[in-house]
Amino acid sequence: MNKQLKLATKKISYRTAINQALHQEMERDNSIFTYGIDVADHKRIFGSTTGLLETFGPQRVFSTPLSEEALLGFGLGAAINGLRPINVHIRVDFLLLAINQLVNMVASYHYGSDGKLQVPLVIRAIIGKGWGQSYQHSKSLQSFFAHIPGLKVVMPTTPADAKGLLISAIRDNNPVVVLEHRMLYDVEDEVPIKPIPTPLGKGQILKIGTDITIIATSYSVVSAVQAAKVLEKQGVSVEVVDPRSIFPLDENLIIKSVEKTGHCIIADYDWTFCGFSAELATRIYEKLSHKLKSEVMRLGFAPTHCPSTRPLENEFYTDSIDLIRAVEKKLKLKEMDLSQETFYSYENQFRGPF
Amino acid sequence: MNRKKIILNLFKKAYLIRTTEELIIKHYDNNEMKTPMHMSMGEEAIMAGVCTALGKNSQTFGTYRSHGLYLAVTEETDKFFAEMYGKVTGVLKGKSGSMHLLSPSDGLLGISAVVGSTIPLAVGAAFANIYLKKKQITTVFFGDGAVDEGVFWESLNIACSKGLPVLFVCEDNGYAVHTPLSARRGYKSLTNIVKQYSCSVFETDSTDAEQIYKLSLEAINSIQKKHRPAFLHLKYYRYLEHVGVHEDFHAGYRTKLEFMEWQKKDPVKLLRNKLKDVKVKDMDIIELEERINKQVEESLQKAKKAPFPDPSELLKNTFYEQTA
Repeated sequence: MNKQLKLATKKISYRTAINQALHQEMERDNSIFTYGIDVADHKRIFGSTTGLLETFGPQRVFSTPLSEEALLGFGLGAAINGLRPINVHIRVDFLLLAINQLVNMVASYHYGSDGKLQVPLVIRAIIGKGWGQSYQHSKSLQSFFAHIPGLKVVMPTTPADAKGLLISAIRDNNPVVVLEHRMLYDVEDEVPIKPIPTPLGKGQILKIGTDITIIATSYSVVSAVQAAKVLEKQGVSVEVVDPRSIFPLDENLIIKSVEKTGHCIIADYDWTFCGFSAELATRIYEKLSHKLKSEVMRLGFAPTHCPSTRPLENEFYTDSIDLIRAVEKKLKLKEMDLSQETFYSYENQFRGPF
Repeated sequence: MNRKKIILNLFKKAYLIRTTEELIIKHYDNNEMKTPMHMSMGEEAIMAGVCTALGKNSQTFGTYRSHGLYLAVTEETDKFFAEMYGKVTGVLKGKSGSMHLLSPSDGLLGISAVVGSTIPLAVGAAFANIYLKKKQITTVFFGDGAVDEGVFWESLNIACSKGLPVLFVCEDNGYAVHTPLSARRGYKSLTNIVKQYSCSVFETDSTDAEQIYKLSLEAINSIQKKHRPAFLHLKYYRYLEHVGVHEDFHAGYRTKLEFMEWQKKDPVKLLRNKLKDVKVKDMDIIELEERINKQVEESLQKAKKAPFPDPSELLKNTFYEQTA
């Protein structure tokens, strides 16, 4: 902990944090290369790959044809043959074109080679939200990816984790799916200047509380922290837990928090049916069935597709107000008057189109 | 290599593949080798010819019909048979069975049971070799059915646009499982299309391993000289059913007459005759055959006696675990 405190940090955006991780890691290890549709174009994946082409050249940084399946297989072939590829997808939805490679090949290659071959492969994929992204530019799918043995899955929420988790993913000799959130790209926070890995499989408590635990992932962490701040004014102490890593999972951290508060809301940024929230709820019941003061509540995407128009999209997602109301219900509190609250949204900075 | 040595090498590989599979046929119905087998019988000239041309310092990928590839590249049968019997002494401790063999130490980096799915791996592996300044060529074998998959064209395009040292070998038996070319293709000539890519194209319908060997050398030379991929289109006839060890002429999608035409130019028979051309004595041929027969029979017996993997094997290597 002391060591952490001494680390020099700088306030930078999530986007810059990703970019810094890529620069520092590619500088450290020549076997790392990054590729994918639009990686080296003028927009550079929302700025996250800026400067890489100029620094490391076209062999290590390149845009590709629109051939997602072959390009993930290409990454696998390179990974088992001495390189450390980073394959980028500007939307998670596009990664679905490569599902055969991901599930049938990438995930099982180490196992299928009886450990003779390793797959140090990173897949960065970005979750879209807002400004009409609609149902083919907004999926997160962490539950789906984490369901497959052999894949590690992380969802950075803070700029420091965007950097730290990507560094860990790059250094890991297993395939890691890194699910970034487009809405978080402009968030700024203190980030270690040096390349410090955030360990895979370690969650974090973003706000300490005693009355109720909210476990949230990706953008839902933002909603949870906002909700916790508002509830604090009413004397409700919410603990917000960000697992960060879907697999491997820091089950201990989650269980400890829920054991302490006795109440738990899971706000997973995904559908709930057969989802990560169901996995967490089960584990909580398995470990704490007699210690829970109320049943575990799950919130997530509406069980349909994400619509384009704003009024419907608002209904699709779980926001801070939904979480405040859920906490009130759980703790049997009167509904707060929220008419004077302004819920800052990072989306206010996002004018689209992509 | 002089011609005699080449023919001997080709024959050794082809005969090993044929003998191994004949022994499988003999024992498969005992229901002890519980793994879906897609037999190589009929494609021996391709595996012997291409793999002899590739030599030791090359990397290969295959498809689920790859007994031939594994045997041609490794020439070992102990681990092979143990894998077929699901034993701990197998190539992959019984985890892969017949359809996903590999042997990285022999350059065989992967075989997959999903059609076409190793093709992009070969392209990525070739990219890594250029990146790391290694002079290896990466070869990928696949059937004509794989050409129906989008990933074949995606991979060919990437390899050609980047000028990567990949040898694409299409083993064309005319059927994707049981569906003939005529029912699957909206175009006339595969090779004419591939010729439009930045890729050298070679083709033959010969079952003569020596001819395939020579054509493979040309293809390899073209990759090295022109710094671009090559595509080798080789016709052959699958002797047995798509999966399993029996004939399937009764099914009606192909005729025994067709088979008998191909059998006249059986690749193993052709090579055996060639041994006489290059003045290998009958006695030496018989001795070589008996040595291989013995090797294969002993491997099968060892495999039968070997133990199954311990239950503790189940979870091993799901993830790579860093050791401090």
